[in-house]
Amino acid sequence: MSSTLSRRKLITTGLAAAAGASGLGVAAVLAQRYGLIPPDHGGIFGVGETLTYASQRLLMSHHSLAREFNRSDISRVAPINGEPPEGETYQRLLVGRFAAWRLTVDGLVVRPSSFTLAELKRFPSRSQITHQACEEGWSFIAEWIGVPLSYVLNLVGVRPQAKYVVFWAFENGEPAKAWWGSLDMPEAWHPQTLLAYGMNGQELPTPHGAPLRLRVPRQLGYKSVKYIYRITVTDTVKNIGKGLGSSTPEAGYSWYAGI
Amino acid sequence: MAESAYLPGLTIQNSHVLDAPRHSALVRITHWITAISFLGLFVSGIAILLAHPRLYWGETGVLGTPSLFDLPLPFVLKLQIRGPGRSLHYLSAWVFVLTGSLYVLSGLFTRHFQKNLVPSRMDLGWKPIMRAVSNHLHLKWPTEEESRSYNVLQRLTYVAVVFLLSPLIIFTGLAMSPAVTSVFPVIVNVFGGQQSARTIHFFVAAALVLFLLVHIAMVCLSGFKNRMRAMITAHGAGREPS
Repeated sequence: MSSTLSRRKLITTGLAAAAGASGLGVAAVLAQRYGLIPPDHGGIFGVGETLTYASQRLLMSHHSLAREFNRSDISRVAPINGEPPEGETYQRLLVGRFAAWRLTVDGLVVRPSSFTLAELKRFPSRSQITHQACEEGWSFIAEWIGVPLSYVLNLVGVRPQAKYVVFWAFENGEPAKAWWGSLDMPEAWHPQTLLAYGMNGQELPTPHGAPLRLRVPRQLGYKSVKYIYRITVTDTVKNIGKGLGSSTPEAGYSWYAGI
Repeated sequence: MAESAYLPGLTIQNSHVLDAPRHSALVRITHWITAISFLGLFVSGIAILLAHPRLYWGETGVLGTPSLFDLPLPFVLKLQIRGPGRSLHYLSAWVFVLTGSLYVLSGLFTRHFQKNLVPSRMDLGWKPIMRAVSNHLHLKWPTEEESRSYNVLQRLTYVAVVFLLSPLIIFTGLAMSPAVTSVFPVIVNVFGGQQSARTIHFFVAAALVLFLLVHIAMVCLSGFKNRMRAMITAHGAGREPS
């Protein structure tokens, strides 16, 4: 009886293992097709990153909105991490109050364009009071004013192959240290994803990313790239930097930060 | 159910009743996977906490605003422990949640909780609880026969760990995720804000670490080899070979 049991057990275990393996294979193919695998999916930690990214993307498939707050909730202290870029280009633009600054939009778009700050400010604006948490542990609430990224994307016409929108920031000195980040298309099209030029009813303060910064309220603060000068729509991030999707994974922080 | 499913050959060879498995295979496997994931969560949790060892109440909190609690720890920002710490934390959290779900679901299915963990009405009185406390304080260990089943303090503790502290640590963790709370704002609102959730997450973690320390101390005091054998091979109830 015992041997029958073990044979039966062996067959069931074998079948279960085969089903499990092919199930994993199918899951991997489906995940790739539906954009559920982050660029930094490699290595043992990549397993965790992928599980988090895939499950949250499925959970948020209907443009869920980050919580918005009242004016009275706005924090009195809004800390700043890092100094404004010291590079010559940025410093010259800063002195000229960004009159000569342009936002370039290129890549997989029908009409590559560039916009002045005044032009961006003439586009329909959105103001939102949202919570921003830093991965260090602190957080604050602020009002952000800007043009929804989706508006600009519609204006330039995104090609259907697009998978990521890359944001280039003024670098701190050496070009090798250029700071860049990227969003997937669901986050790029999200109504709260903002190209912000104003904060708490005023111009965007320099150390908060003037003249233009990203605001991505459904992710941690480090995804909201500051000091933007160029946006590139692309179907792959493999050829940029180390191919991990942004500067942060190169420094050890996950590309997707919905946590 | 667990008893009958295990190694029928062995029970026939050695008919001593105490040789029946103490813990089912599922309990033993999930126990050790959870133990490893807990270690990962603990180490990485400290790496994350050290970036800002200040706790707040409400939605927000930064340096320059009042804190609820300043932990007597240094701010460690330069040392590159946080990035890998965060990745390890989430990977371990996935292992913890998936393993824990398997354990709870199977426990409900096999009535493990009703049979072994939920204290009986009779045991919940003042007297039996005080007797158990006194036994523990006097390090008076149960006979092997008695130790086949958990005493009321063990039962209460395990029920609290499985059904109170673990869900709390998971949900306060999720409450800090701006993505998750965009779908379920109630998860963060119920704790009174993102920083409150972070603070509760810390204290629940501390409670779980305290549980772990007492748990290990009890295992050592009541017979390390036997208890370890029970949780590894399921046959730790027998007498220690001298």
